[in-house]
Amino acid sequence: MFKKSLNTEDTLENAGLTVEEQQLFSNARPQAYEPYPIKAVEDFANWARANSLWILAFGTGCGAIEMRPLMTARFDANRFGVAGRPTPRQSSVFVIGGYASVKTLKRIVRSYEQMQGPKFVIALGICPVNGGMYFDSYNTVNRFDQYLPVDLYITGCMPRPEVLVAGIMELQKMIKAGKCNGANRYVDNFDWYKANQKKVIKNWDMPDYNW
Amino acid sequence: MNEKTLNTMLEKLKQEFDISDIVEHKPRLTTFTVSKQHAETLIRELRDREAYTHLNFMTCIDYIEDGIFSLVYMLHNYGKKHSLGVHVNISRNGEEVFSIHTLWAQAWTYQRELREMYGIRFTDSPRLDEDFCLEGWDQIPPMRREFDTKKFSHERFGHREGRSSEVPREHMKVQLYPNRGGDEE
Repeated sequence: MFKKSLNTEDTLENAGLTVEEQQLFSNARPQAYEPYPIKAVEDFANWARANSLWILAFGTGCGAIEMRPLMTARFDANRFGVAGRPTPRQSSVFVIGGYASVKTLKRIVRSYEQMQGPKFVIALGICPVNGGMYFDSYNTVNRFDQYLPVDLYITGCMPRPEVLVAGIMELQKMIKAGKCNGANRYVDNFDWYKANQKKVIKNWDMPDYNW
Repeated sequence: MNEKTLNTMLEKLKQEFDISDIVEHKPRLTTFTVSKQHAETLIRELRDREAYTHLNFMTCIDYIEDGIFSLVYMLHNYGKKHSLGVHVNISRNGEEVFSIHTLWAQAWTYQRELREMYGIRFTDSPRLDEDFCLEGWDQIPPMRREFDTKKFSHERFGHREGRSSEVPREHMKVQLYPNRGGDEE
């Protein structure tokens, strides 16, 4: 009981959990990120965020193969302050590497929600845009932006690491301009996103929001 | 494996078991069909007496026109460098099949996948009803050919407007010969 939100009117149902599990998980809604009241401070914070993009080491599809040359000697993404992190708690960028099957989507949602804000999503390849070559597959989602907010698309099949580097530089520009508000869109339209997720993930046995 | 040894083995198997449709695809691959009641004994014989000790894979083909599933057991003989495909035809209407997890321990994974993708039940196969790739699947098994995967995908996952498809050959003709209206000549 100790983890429950004090405001009992605006809480999540967590209907997918058993009664015992409901005691263990928070049922509070996510909260939007509020920028610093002074613009110069916010700009400085954005500059710092843009130059330390930490990518979650979660290869969600075939596009994850492009992450190896990106991180190693030839393209060396460390030049841009990009590093791979093993846990969602430490990362700020989620690269959706190509197609997302329903089974993976469940893990993607869970990992994304565990990331600490401000957080950004890059959709890599054509599959998250319209399904790509898997547009008629029984197990692959066609429009990824229905399930999680996407800040930047890099299309192609497969995009080369050069394009990924260009995408990262573009993301840095957007962050510095304060335009990457995907995480806030997720909070604002939380019920819509959650309904879409539950429409495809039939065995919902996790909390509605994974803190 | 030379032809003589192969023929001797197949003749011997023909006398004991109900096998038909022997096709030699290439020197290292031969397939045949065996009836369901003889299949388990035959596969055991091949493994224990003919040294086809390795199970390459096990899969299923859906012949919806004939109303049958054709199970394929692909066995390999390392000594003779020869593969043997054993087809077993079963009915599409939920017929139960023998399990070979007692012969090759890894076969239960294949059988679990076949249960999920085609709805075939294997007798006493361990963990058969656990989800494999599809979690919380609520339709008919998706690899059965009566399942309309495109219709399902559009209903469940939606689709983005503006997507178009080209026939590659016709599209490239127009790209390569724009002045001639795509005429190759």
